[in-house]
Amino acid sequence: MSRTRTVATWTTAVLAAAALAGCAESDRDEGSGGSGGSGSGSDATFVFGAAGAPEMFDPFYATDGETFRVTRQMFEGLLGIEPGSAEVVPELATEWTPNEDGTEWTFTLRDDVTFHDGEPFNAEAVCYNFERMFDQNDAGQVAGEYWGYVMGAFANDADNSLYQGCEATGEFEAVVTISGPTSGFPTMLTLESLSMQSPKALEEGDANGIAAEGEGFSFPEYADNPVGTGPFTFGEYDEANGTISLERNDDYWGEAAKVSELVFRVIPDESTRRQELEAGSINGYDLPNPVDWNALEESGNTVEIRDAFNILYMGFNPDTNPQLQDLKVRQALNLAINREQLVQTQLPEGAEVATQFMPKTVSGYNTELAAPEYDPERAQELLAEAGAEGMTLTFAYPTEVSRPYMPDPQKLYEALRTDLEAVGVKVDVKTASWNGGYLDNVTAGKYDAYILGWTGDYDSPFNFIGTFFGNLKENDFGTSAMPWGKQLADDLKAADAIVDEAERSAAFEEINAQIMEDYLPGLPISHSPPALVVGPGVEGVIPSPLTAEEFDSVTVSGE
Amino acid sequence: MLRFVLRRLLQMLGVVLALSLLVFFWLRSLPGGPVSALLGERATPERRARMEEALGLDEPLPVQYLRYMQRALRGDFGVSTKVLPGEDALDIFFARLPATIELAFFALAIAILLGIPLGYLAARRRGTALDNTAVIFSLVGVAVPVFFTGFLLKYFFAVEWDLLPVSGRQSTGLDATRVTGLFVLDGIMTREWDAAWDALKHLVLPAVALATIPFAVIFRITRASVLDVLDEDYVRTAEAKGLTARVIRGRHVLRNAMLPVVTTVGLQVGALLGGAILTETVFSIRGIGDALATAFRDKDYPVLQVLIIAAAAIYVLVNLMVDIAYALIDPRIRTR
Repeated sequence: MSRTRTVATWTTAVLAAAALAGCAESDRDEGSGGSGGSGSGSDATFVFGAAGAPEMFDPFYATDGETFRVTRQMFEGLLGIEPGSAEVVPELATEWTPNEDGTEWTFTLRDDVTFHDGEPFNAEAVCYNFERMFDQNDAGQVAGEYWGYVMGAFANDADNSLYQGCEATGEFEAVVTISGPTSGFPTMLTLESLSMQSPKALEEGDANGIAAEGEGFSFPEYADNPVGTGPFTFGEYDEANGTISLERNDDYWGEAAKVSELVFRVIPDESTRRQELEAGSINGYDLPNPVDWNALEESGNTVEIRDAFNILYMGFNPDTNPQLQDLKVRQALNLAINREQLVQTQLPEGAEVATQFMPKTVSGYNTELAAPEYDPERAQELLAEAGAEGMTLTFAYPTEVSRPYMPDPQKLYEALRTDLEAVGVKVDVKTASWNGGYLDNVTAGKYDAYILGWTGDYDSPFNFIGTFFGNLKENDFGTSAMPWGKQLADDLKAADAIVDEAERSAAFEEINAQIMEDYLPGLPISHSPPALVVGPGVEGVIPSPLTAEEFDSVTVSGE
Repeated sequence: MLRFVLRRLLQMLGVVLALSLLVFFWLRSLPGGPVSALLGERATPERRARMEEALGLDEPLPVQYLRYMQRALRGDFGVSTKVLPGEDALDIFFARLPATIELAFFALAIAILLGIPLGYLAARRRGTALDNTAVIFSLVGVAVPVFFTGFLLKYFFAVEWDLLPVSGRQSTGLDATRVTGLFVLDGIMTREWDAAWDALKHLVLPAVALATIPFAVIFRITRASVLDVLDEDYVRTAEAKGLTARVIRGRHVLRNAMLPVVTTVGLQVGALLGGAILTETVFSIRGIGDALATAFRDKDYPVLQVLIIAAAAIYVLVNLMVDIAYALIDPRIRTR
């Protein structure tokens, strides 16, 4: 008997010791940034739970949201985005004016800005940045994805580049020349990747010294020591602990940040982020599961719902399934989908039915377009007319992914599949993981139909429908197989080149109507508002439709 | 003994080489690849092709493999594409190793320190309430997945009762000196007691969560093994000879019952590496498991190759150590 007691006592003692240890010294009193425990006002720390680690700190080569979330706090562009909207506002440039044909843009710069390393910000620095981005080696051209995406080419292929040159016409005046007018310029200068960086630091850190090595790219030293002009400066990346800390920039040209330190903690698991928030060890995190929104609010947190700046669509590929080349078939599928019910049951509060391939906050949105009707009977009639009753559709969805426009792809898919089967379409279910073949198969045209979506980079209609249908040879909708495919691509390019904004908007509205009424290359489904959540005592987070929150306005106070 | 060890080391080298070949081709036979992870929704065929060309993924597989091996022989295992782009894959392995070692060490310590005594006791008190409770507990331990155990532990100990941190390895804002990357040890070495204490507290929940399965296995093997030994003639002889209970327990029962337990402990190291993937994800610990999970999701080939091969090498090495320990405990093995 005595022996049993010994072990039992010993076990209990260990557990009790562990418990006592916790009791004796609660974690919340350890300045771990918990519940603003680190003070309030100017000495506070704001700790944000990030879903993934940043990939690097040079925004030019970055492509993912977790990296931009961090770099956004340190870097600024010539143009900024009005917090809480997608509207373009002055940032490092106070004014920008085009010449008559929209090919030369004169930027008037702020004259009171210095980089974090004390270097002055001026027109020369602006042109240095443009030339640095433009003049990339082979590896840099592949890695500098955003420049490639918006400008089309680099210095070695200058004829095909939108960017043509930059000239410092005064200390605080720079002229940027582009090859032709486009709706995307200068709005694209709000992109994180095109931020202004310190020429001296770029030079010293050999910023363009990127090289292909084996199956990856090796990045120069600069990518770990970034220098911008923003309200926060780079502190350190503690990789072993998964924390990135930024310090307040006391020499910031604008209003200084309200917190002295900004910490990003990498917490990959969504339920763990929630528990960290509940325990008070972080002050906020992104993309809380819509299922948790109410519970989070009830326990004293604030769920900030952003405006939706995205689109979920069902794409078709008429190349792989010729039946889809018949407009009647596509219209039938359009009528078969009960979007209203899908939005009500499968998507977070505030989600909306899509009437076209872009959200309503984008210029060029056509307000005349009504939500597509739900009429399964008419759908069946149309299928019969087209001789496609009981057609088989190879229809795919991705696994192992959650995107702002589709929090739970499988559930969305099931709802769509049910609707399609209700009108007699036989669905051949296909699935693959996001990076494990799904995206490859979509681009390679292996599915008749698939679900996918897009989150806008900046306020430009071309960033949505231009991306989808503007490149005739390379788009996921296989429009090159359709008689109207070329017309649509040409119309998009023509509309994009209209200099006058009102006229340009009208042209895009017209195209949006045409896409929905005459072409129907796919089915726009919905727009979902992504949310972020902050704990008690956190004020001043302004939710951004572009998920581009700037944390300099945030205050943290003890409860 | 030396020859035995050398022979085993050579075998190990063969295993690692064969594995490198297997892993290389297996990864590339899976659908998808790093390009999707790098381009996301922006992947057009043209961009995809440029990226593949830049990364040398457009070459025939045997050519890719030969290039990889050429570089690997020089100690260059390529750079990460996604886990930490541009970072040497081998450096990532070494940077992530301490967190996993620390976690696995504490988990194994918990499993051994609870499993062996409880197993022995349960065997001695077969059929009592203590025995039955421990057996049921061990069954549950094996059946419940780590992420569920982890979630419950976090919910009660961290969120509800505020006794321990939820996740991570050290509190933010703690300015700790790093020496070995083993945070607890670093704190002790540099006499930063608060840092060591803080790191230790962060380890409690994940180590307990990770320990549940090895604990259950060690407990059951110990119990079964002790039961076997207790029925042996020599134990009865020893009792008949009037030897003290202490001598019987130590020299006769425990020593003989420990052989299968040592093997089991060795085998648990492999299970620990597997369990670490989930545990590290659930507790935001940036170790090998977390890197593996990220690398697999984003198809970061260089990192996956290094991690899988290194993990296998560790596994083989541990097995070798088990065999040596075995030989030390049981002289019959050495002479074979």
